Amino acid sequence: MISFLTASVIAMTPLLFATLGELLMEKSGNLNLGVEGMMLMGAVIGFYAGFQTENPIMALLAASGAGALGALIYAILTVTLRANQVVSGLALTIFGTGFANFFGRLLVGKSIPRGITNFFSKKTIPLLGDIPYIGPVFFRQDLFVYLGYLLVILIGVYLYHTRKGLNLRMVGENPAAADAIGIPVNLYKYIHILFGGVLCGLGGAYLSLVYVPAWQEGIVAGRGWIAIALVIFSQWNPYKAFLGAYLFGGLHIAGFRLQSFKLPISQYFINLLPYIVTIIVLVIGSIKENKKNNAPEGLTIPYFREDR
Amino acid sequence: MLNIVKKTECPKWKTSIIRFSAVLLALITASLFLVLMGFNPLDIYKGMYDGAFGTEHRIRETIIKTIPLVITSVGIALAFKMKFWNIGAEGQIIMGAFAATYFGLNYDHLPKPLLLTIMIIASMIAGGIWAFIPAYFKSKWHTNETIFTLMMNYIALGWITYLQYGPWKDPTGFGFPKIPSFTANAILPRVFGIHIGWIMALVIVIGVHLFITYTKKGYEISVIGESHNTARYAGIPVDKLMVTMLFVSGSIIGLTGMIQASAVSRTLNVNITGGVGFTAIITAWLSGLKAPSMIIVCLLFSAMLSGASFIQTAFQIPQSAAEVLQGLILFFVLGSEFFINYRIKLSNKLFRKLEV
Repeated sequence: MISFLTASVIAMTPLLFATLGELLMEKSGNLNLGVEGMMLMGAVIGFYAGFQTENPIMALLAASGAGALGALIYAILTVTLRANQVVSGLALTIFGTGFANFFGRLLVGKSIPRGITNFFSKKTIPLLGDIPYIGPVFFRQDLFVYLGYLLVILIGVYLYHTRKGLNLRMVGENPAAADAIGIPVNLYKYIHILFGGVLCGLGGAYLSLVYVPAWQEGIVAGRGWIAIALVIFSQWNPYKAFLGAYLFGGLHIAGFRLQSFKLPISQYFINLLPYIVTIIVLVIGSIKENKKNNAPEGLTIPYFREDR
Repeated sequence: MLNIVKKTECPKWKTSIIRFSAVLLALITASLFLVLMGFNPLDIYKGMYDGAFGTEHRIRETIIKTIPLVITSVGIALAFKMKFWNIGAEGQIIMGAFAATYFGLNYDHLPKPLLLTIMIIASMIAGGIWAFIPAYFKSKWHTNETIFTLMMNYIALGWITYLQYGPWKDPTGFGFPKIPSFTANAILPRVFGIHIGWIMALVIVIGVHLFITYTKKGYEISVIGESHNTARYAGIPVDKLMVTMLFVSGSIIGLTGMIQASAVSRTLNVNITGGVGFTAIITAWLSGLKAPSMIIVCLLFSAMLSGASFIQTAFQIPQSAAEVLQGLILFFVLGSEFFINYRIKLSNKLFRKLEV
């Protein structure tokens, strides 16, 4: 049981990074369907940099840069040039998939240098790691996992307890009002889209550097789309995103484990659960129509000052 | 500084020039990339053209790739016209193919015309239902259709993965997870060397174009797309029409699944869509949601794909280069829309400064 829960935390981590990234973008009023593409770009560039430099920090920086580059293209299109967000995001996924397969072809069969493997080896946090049950599951993991926890808290505090976070929510809800009181709407959008891209890139890099660890085509395997679903599942709340990612990570592992048990339920149906659960949450959310937990009002609408 | 103003209307010739320049810029950008890799871009582009249109056989292959793209784009455009973001074409194609395959495998003793008709109708109903579900929820509770339709894709994919690896696995396949192939009765006939899907595609393009341009319902759809409130004010039954049209949209897309299963792969498998459902979202958008333009845009897209698989063997350039190129072209064309909808002018402030 402990080993199952521990594996779930590891499976959760790439989802968590991508979900938090998408969450920030959506908070600024931009639905970016290119998560899968940005994760792939982060995965391939992170792996490449790690392989070349044998330096874990360089690998993470490169992955962040790749994710940010994808996000930058999206931001230029949707914020500055006001292109359709749905189509721009899909174009980013197509581009990112091509980009990753193109460069990844040179990396097939290459293995991660030892320096990086050591850096991402499991480290026990003193005291917390000794708590029965919880310790082994959550606090005897690698640094990336801990960074994920930290991000949840930082983003939560940022969104709900800082002036800038409040401004961001206003940009997403009502950009015209935000503009009127002097918040630089487009700057906010750019910064959060780019940082969201960084997180998506890191989520991808976790897959190629730690989780798999190797480069293989289709390494992200639909996790980007699950992350988009998770943002809705978590009702745009970073703390709930943590729970959601953990739950979905657990389902992912359960799908694998059940194969060996010969249960009457096919693993293919277990694999479907995240999608079905998302739909159910989506429908319940829309029936309740609880304004506070719903999507930012300005989501998918390009902001144009003269339209006010 | 710079001032951005919304244009009232952009003349058609200007729109075309802007779009054309965008594609050109994308090709130039891709060329720089190719030069860096040590290739002559002109050779590569010529290679792609040859790969797509070089021989009669290749032209035929390009057209066969165009057919599903055109039909799916038309289906998607019907939904997009109403600002219903149907991202679920992949799933609708899969479910169409699933329903057609069910009859194709189990009723292949029926006379060919009858069996094919049943398969067509079944695929259209299945695709229609797959689009109807999210539309129904949207009309009732404003449930977000983008994510709903997206999730429906994965459910459809999971369902046929289950079938392919489980109950429908070919017992004669030596354990290889594949669904049995269709018998001759379940395969669409050919006309002029290409399966009959090309005629279906033309009929659908013309039909939908006439419907949108010349009928009252078609006009009402465009009004809904402009503004739901305006439509309601004008007495258009927005929700009812949207749900009905989404069923139609899904049916058209579901038919793609039947055509691909019956005429192209001659069975059902998890790769049946080949990503058409996503590519068609883009081709539908690029053609301005106009059915006739879709034929050209889809043909160019398919040519790019055929050309890319050709240069893979001819120049040892991986096929993923096509996806990169496709992505670049999309970015540039999407960006160019801005110059169609907006005008940039220097504001008076700057002029005053210049005068001083």
